[in-house]
Amino acid sequence: MIRLTEARFDPGAELTAFCAGRTESGAVASFVGIARGEGGDATALELQAYPGFTEGEIGRMVEAAMTRFDLHDALVIHRHGPIAPGEPIVMVATASAHRREAFEACDYLMDYLKSRAPFWKKEHGPGGARWVEPTERDLDDLARWD
Amino acid sequence: MRVLLFGRLGDIAGWRERGFDPPPVSLSALKALIAAEDAALGLAIDAKGVRAAVDRVIVRGEAVLEAGAEVAFLPPMSGG
Repeated sequence: MIRLTEARFDPGAELTAFCAGRTESGAVASFVGIARGEGGDATALELQAYPGFTEGEIGRMVEAAMTRFDLHDALVIHRHGPIAPGEPIVMVATASAHRREAFEACDYLMDYLKSRAPFWKKEHGPGGARWVEPTERDLDDLARWD
Repeated sequence: MRVLLFGRLGDIAGWRERGFDPPPVSLSALKALIAAEDAALGLAIDAKGVRAAVDRVIVRGEAVLEAGAEVAFLPPMSGG
């Protein structure tokens, strides 16, 4: 399931719901990304999404992960709009028969989300606002899966 | 026709969403119209790495536009 939301979400409650009723998935892995304050340099983050388009692109990444890692299920929750330091931005959870596939799929999905997902990120800090593009590190992380 | 600008393109233009009436018949006609009104935005939407989507599907090169089309200009994505 893919959910774009402008509202805060509760990662614990989401993980509980994702795990509920599973009798055949032996493993669930999850990751939560949190907005960094950068020691006061980043006072707020604004993520722009293109509703309708962004979910479709993320859906294709999730489909690829489902096949590649033989997942039983996957969850992606992504915030957009203004986000304050300390707030969760993204959550990924994956379910599979055994742990290795769940761990790897979670890592893979995060690498894709960090560099390929259709979001435009603006950081507001004391020196003004700037649009952020993927870092070399993000692109190197993504290349691990080629 | 609705035109949407994302990321830095919206800052350059001073708008993020606008209607165009009468609607241009092609993507190149739309770009030419935008460039004639706002040269800086015209350059920005034609820059390397900026993609266009018509009705939420990425198009490469030229595209014919229906009157009710939604055209979006997408600068390089930041990721989440």
